[in-house]
Amino acid sequence: MVLSPADKTNIKSTWDKIGGHAGDYGGEALDRTFQSFPTTKTYFPHFDLSPGSAQVKAHGKKVADALTTAVAHLDDLPGALSALSDLHAYKLRVDPVNFKLLSHCLLVTLACHHPTEFTPAVHASLDKFFAAVSTVLTSKYR
Amino acid sequence: MVHLTAEEKSLISSMWGKVNVDEVGGEALGRLLIVYPWTQRFFDSFGDLSTPDAVMSNAKVKAHGKKVLNSFSDGLKNLDNLKGTFAKLSELHCDKLHVDPENFKLLGNVLVCVLARHFGREFTPLAQAAYQKVVAGVANALAHKYH
Repeated sequence: MVLSPADKTNIKSTWDKIGGHAGDYGGEALDRTFQSFPTTKTYFPHFDLSPGSAQVKAHGKKVADALTTAVAHLDDLPGALSALSDLHAYKLRVDPVNFKLLSHCLLVTLACHHPTEFTPAVHASLDKFFAAVSTVLTSKYR
Repeated sequence: MVHLTAEEKSLISSMWGKVNVDEVGGEALGRLLIVYPWTQRFFDSFGDLSTPDAVMSNAKVKAHGKKVLNSFSDGLKNLDNLKGTFAKLSELHCDKLHVDPENFKLLGNVLVCVLARHFGREFTPLAQAAYQKVVAGVANALAHKYH
């Protein structure tokens, strides 16, 4: 799956609209993931996962910052995310199925907060973007 | 069987009461065909599906989306017996329509996105979790008679 020029435009304009809320949305998406898909909690036994958890918010900001980096480097995701790719492959080893779950919850979060911008075309572009990021993050798994 | 708490059941029915089932059906099916274009394979007879605008304004997509979501609505009235409720439809989707059950999961998640868009902040993580259980239950029920 390749990001078209139109996809890149959609992704960048979405990220512009999100502005400073990216960190909050990251936290919310994680919250949604843990609540809808409880198996994902197995990767965070060391976290307080209760609603409003400071650890979840902080981690959400980390995830959002990484996505913001990805948005700034849509032409070279493998390069921009190389260190994170190593981390997920050799240290975190999150099963690939979970990237789809978090990606879905990121879409839901954006749909909630930006209903007008979340057109079908933008929905498609964002889904592709999260899939592309997920692919890079799991690319060194084996 | 879908295991829902009393709170989840209450969230589900109170939200569903505010849903325009006909419109949401069309939007969900349209988005499925746009976001996952390979799903168009089942709809050769639907005419122009070449752009997002063409899909979303396509009368056949709207009509079919309405049909699908009304059926889903029936499921919501029978959460304790989804497999029974969808038995005939499951056979149809396997034997006549030849639809890979993976598509039920895709549509379920698109429906969740559409509900999120319509309800905004009201679509809390708790509400989402309840609906995820329902769409998973319906998808499983529709796949149950496959052979």
